[in-house]
Amino acid sequence: MAKSRTSLRSGLETADLPRPPKSLGGLSREALLDFLKEMLLSRRFEEAAEEAYAIGKIGGFCHLYIGQEAVGVGAIRAIRPDDYVITAYREHAQAINKGISPRAVMAELFGRSTGCSGGKGGSMHLFDASVNFMGGYAIVGGHVPLAAGFGWAIKYRGEDRVCLCFLGDAAVNQGSFHETLNMAAVWKLPVVYVVENNEYGMGTAYARVSTLPIFERACSYDIPSTAVDGQDVVAVHTAVREYAERARRGEGPSLIEARTYRYKGHSMSDPVHGVYRSKEEVEDRMSHADPIVLLRSRMEAVGLIDQATMDALDNEVRAVVADAVKFADASPVADPSQLYTHVYHSLDVHGRLFLDRMNRSAAKVSEGVGRGVGGGEARGGVGANRKDS
Amino acid sequence: MRELTYREALSEAMAEEMERDESVFLMGEEVGVYNGAYKVSRGFLDRFGPQRVVDTPISEAGFAGIGIGAAMVGLRPIIEFMTFNFAILALDQILNTAAKTYYMSGGQIPIPIVFRGPTGAALQLAAQHSQAVETQYTHSPGIKVVTPGTPADAKGLLKAAIRDDDPVVVLEGELLYNVKGEVPEGEHIVPLGVAEVKREGSDVSIITHGKMVHVALQAAARLAKDQISAEVLDLRSLRPLDVDAILTTVAKTNRVVYLEEGWPLAGVGAEIVNIIQEEAFDELDAPVLRVTQADVPMPYAKNLEQLAKPSAQRVVDACNRVLYR
Ligand SMILES: Cc1ncc(C[n+]2csc(CCOP(=O)(O)OP(=O)(O)O)c2C)c(N)n1
Ligand SMILES: [Mg+2]
Repeated sequence: MAKSRTSLRSGLETADLPRPPKSLGGLSREALLDFLKEMLLSRRFEEAAEEAYAIGKIGGFCHLYIGQEAVGVGAIRAIRPDDYVITAYREHAQAINKGISPRAVMAELFGRSTGCSGGKGGSMHLFDASVNFMGGYAIVGGHVPLAAGFGWAIKYRGEDRVCLCFLGDAAVNQGSFHETLNMAAVWKLPVVYVVENNEYGMGTAYARVSTLPIFERACSYDIPSTAVDGQDVVAVHTAVREYAERARRGEGPSLIEARTYRYKGHSMSDPVHGVYRSKEEVEDRMSHADPIVLLRSRMEAVGLIDQATMDALDNEVRAVVADAVKFADASPVADPSQLYTHVYHSLDVHGRLFLDRMNRSAAKVSEGVGRGVGGGEARGGVGANRKDS
Repeated sequence: MRELTYREALSEAMAEEMERDESVFLMGEEVGVYNGAYKVSRGFLDRFGPQRVVDTPISEAGFAGIGIGAAMVGLRPIIEFMTFNFAILALDQILNTAAKTYYMSGGQIPIPIVFRGPTGAALQLAAQHSQAVETQYTHSPGIKVVTPGTPADAKGLLKAAIRDDDPVVVLEGELLYNVKGEVPEGEHIVPLGVAEVKREGSDVSIITHGKMVHVALQAAARLAKDQISAEVLDLRSLRPLDVDAILTTVAKTNRVVYLEEGWPLAGVGAEIVNIIQEEAFDELDAPVLRVTQADVPMPYAKNLEQLAKPSAQRVVDACNRVLYR
């Protein structure tokens, strides 16, 4: 029998779900302090990005992760460095969690040549293949099949890696999500999908456009799934670790719905509250379910942290973030010679690859130094294209 | 030299590359058990096994994306679309992901993938099975596009495409699969971006690509009966584009007809005409004319379909016009 929207909504809030106990998961003090520090770093980084945006240092669309830190940290800390991570456009913190330096991420937001994507990606397209952070993507749901493709390659080569794919609650209504979950299940691909249910896709509440809770939708594909408290870093960590190990054993994909909340507007142009959610709602969430406060208070209760340690952690990450901003600001802007590089990797000996006059008149595009695989560099100009890979 | 059909030539190219390189695999609808909707992969499942010859559900966007993901981490997938009409469902993956990720990542993640299958009209398949899609792919930087018109080019271009480190769209012709022609054995590569003069001539140039090469050759044969010597230039590759070959034939004949299967507005021919007026204006003795599909969805009725498709007669007429005859 179909559930009404109201019952879905209340269902989402009160569902009797398999939630791990609010514990410290048997983790060491060291591990917990690391979680705490990483969440603090994520938050301070985003606060700095917000400031830099306000004064025009960062342009375009910029989506902050504040409020959702436990999902990125808990999940990424549960996998290995050689495992892949792929995600959407709200990914600054996840990029750092996976191992890209805050300097390279901030420089990318600033559009500088020292950025992790060489200034060509920006806030929504952070990449560092060397740490297996396979990118942020801005077509909602578009990256979901790519994760399965990594899983396919892992299986093809008989490796024991896994892929962790983050996506938003709005992405589960895309065809690409359903097509991919089906194939991932049929082929038992080692992918853990983590849906960050922050309750809204821009201004549209999930419950207004869906009839089933997110984790239940995986049932259509016979994929094991669970919902966890996404504000509880330990709960996220426990769930991802379990599913990642399952994938590593060759038992296939899984899906975790992490229930979380975004404190800021959808992007920099969207106010924190207004037409689609009330001030009271936001304040209530911020005061009751802050991931950093939750972990800290639980650690405090058992004497694992005191105010001095907390202050020291915060000072440490603030210094890292300040350094990242300073680095980004001092970095050179992207070199004009980079406009035509990295469009193609195999630069053909024959024929014209670029059809615009600008490239042809700027024929002597200098041979800059490329990042990453092969460092293929385009050399523009009539018949001047050259294969260098 | 031995003769093969276009189908056999494609099949041979894939098989040779799969033998040569373990990272090459074939994925698509009906490629395995069914031997391919057009039988291009006949026998592949037995020969290479289900790991490398992968039957997918009808999920074009999904398996195109899975292929792209596999290519991002170093495999070399060949994604077969039953026809490119259905690849329209995968345009998001091809144009938003395959074409852009190498750039967005600042050159960290090349995507060595081939998307192949038939494009354009066959016979009376009506509007949704008859679209020529060249323009949609050539428009996007980050993608390469080849359009083999003969068995030899089918083998040579497909092998080059599989070895290329960028996404390459290989547009085959549904009506070409049974066409026979001489095909070199073994290592036969047609580099991307090299056009070929398929017939030498001196009075007028018919420039074209893909399946229309055959229509152009028919037109040239008819013109020859009227003592008109038409040159047929087959571009073979639309990006990279062999501009030198275009300018050479223009300089030779001073009169050009562009023939293509697609629609005129923003079609491939529109760009070719632009290049000619920009770079060879003084060589022209007449405006360049285009012969394209009628600017309507493809009709089913046999007589209407014939009217809609470019024909040798329309090419002959266009040649006569640029010759002011
Ligand atoms: C295919 C597509 N449609 C629409 C958009 C515009 N858009 C950008 S973000 C967004 C909401 C996505 O919400 P969700 O997946 O829940 O992620 P969140 O922003 O909450 O992190 C929309 C609709 C888009 N980027 N891509
Ligand atoms: Mg959301």
